[in-house]
This record gives sequence, structure tokens and C-alpha cells, in this order.
Amino acid sequence: MPLNPEFVGRSFAPSAPYEVGREHIREFAAAIGDHNPAYHDAEAARALGHPDIIAPPTFLTVLGFRRPNGAITDPDLGLDYSRLVHGEQGFRHHRPVVAGDRLISTSTITDIRVAGRNELMTITSEITTEAGAAVSTVTNVVVIRGTAPQQEG
Amino acid sequence: MAAQVTYADVEVGTSLPTLTVPMQRWNLIQYAGASGDFNIIHWNERIATMVGLPNVIAHGMYTMALAARVVTEWVGDPGALLDYQVRFSRPVVVPDDDKGALLLIAGRVEEKLDDQRVVVVITAEVEGSGVLTGARATVRLA
Repeated sequence: MPLNPEFVGRSFAPSAPYEVGREHIREFAAAIGDHNPAYHDAEAARALGHPDIIAPPTFLTVLGFRRPNGAITDPDLGLDYSRLVHGEQGFRHHRPVVAGDRLISTSTITDIRVAGRNELMTITSEITTEAGAAVSTVTNVVVIRGTAPQQEG
Repeated sequence: MAAQVTYADVEVGTSLPTLTVPMQRWNLIQYAGASGDFNIIHWNERIATMVGLPNVIAHGMYTMALAARVVTEWVGDPGALLDYQVRFSRPVVVPDDDKGALLLIAGRVEEKLDDQRVVVVITAEVEGSGVLTGARATVRLA
């Protein structure tokens, strides 16, 4: 079943705040085998000019799992999760994520298009502090295999 | 302390030190726990093959995180990475053996921008085949 095209432009309510813990940053950095002191040692991070340890560039992916905001789970969207493959991912950081940040994510479905027999859906998430300061713009393109409408060959 | 690499040191075409990272089954389990992505195709061979995959595959975001290290280890301060975009071109199959998959990551300066920024093109390969396409990072150098 094709995706519901009426969802293009739809935004999803901000997630509950996610507090970025120091130990979570260290755990994530360890999982990607990264011993950069900026992720582990607050003194080293401060020497680089950061207020505390910072998170690796792709850390914000955790918000989608630990604070999902409904962008792909609304039943009216018609997304078959078993057909979903990750197509593209991007992070435009306005500043590094720092331990102690309380972040919220607001996601918008910015595009749904057909590519061959598949559909591509772009989700753009603005990550901000609770106070509304911009932290990062995250784009995620998912491929839904074999759901394109079949009106032409 | 500023980043280790300065803008003046860098030319278009400058190669970054390469990185080789073994990706084994336990690495995927650890990444699943740290990221919260527990999709079963990243750790269960029975289900992965049932849905048509050759074996368990790595999280695309795990590969993306590893590939970023070629840039952050070059600049020193990972906070210098301003923008990072990739396309996932093929899954990384991770067999349950003592070797797993070996990811080779390389980077090359593609463009010098204003404001001390440079664009780095990143390649990531397993057994000679690219697993990311169009991977680019923009970093601000000292």
C-alpha cells in the first residue's frame, strides 16, 4: 500500500525532553570504538572550549529511539515497517551536543516520492533545547520497498 | 586548544589518514544497546535470513558513526564537524565468525570554503565495495 501523500508537510508534536547524560555519551562513544577525549573527559572537552563532554556527530540518532515523536508510527500514514530500509541520513549541527543538554525533537515529513517500485520519505527533525535554541537539523530518508503506486510501467 | 589541522595546511586533494575498523557481531549488540536501535535484523541470523538478507547486517547508523571517525580523528576536536550527510548504498553483512566485516574508511579534501571550512569526501568499503555513497562532512579548521 502506498504512503498517504497527505502527510507531506505534516509536523509531529515535540518529543518529551531527552536529557543527554555524560555516561550515555561515553557509552555511545565506546560502542563506536571512539576514544576521543572530548567524549570522555570533561577537562579535555573544556580545553577545546566546550562546557562539558560533547557527543559524537551521529549521537542524535538516539532521540528517534528513546524519544520517538510519532513521525513514522501514525497508522494513517500507511507505513509498513517491515519494508523500511534506511536510505540517507544527514546532520547539520548548529552547535555540538553537550552533556546536560535537555533536547526536544520536532519532526516534519518534508517529502514523499516514488523511485521505481519504491517510495522514499524524507523526515526533517529540528533538534532544539527546551528553551528553543537550535542545536541540529537532522534529515532522514527512508525507503519503503515495493509500495509505489502502479499506474504506469 | 584548537584543532590539530589548520586551514592553511590543507589543499584540495589532501588525503586524511585512513582507518580500518573490524565490525563483529558483538559490536552490533553493543551499538544496539547504546543507540536504542534493537531492530532484530542487526543481531538475529534466523530472522535476518527469513526476511531475505544474506545474514545479520550492521546498523547503517553504526557504519555512519564509524565513518565520521576518519574526520574527527584528523581534526582532533569533534565539535569542528558542522555538517555530515551520507547515503547507504549497500548493507554491511556481519557473519558470526572471529573476523566479522572489515570496514576501510578514507577521506579527501574536496573543497575549501570560506570561514576556515573544508568539505571532506568520505569513502567506506567492505571487501572492495562501497557501503556509503555521497558521504561528505564539512569541518571548520583552525
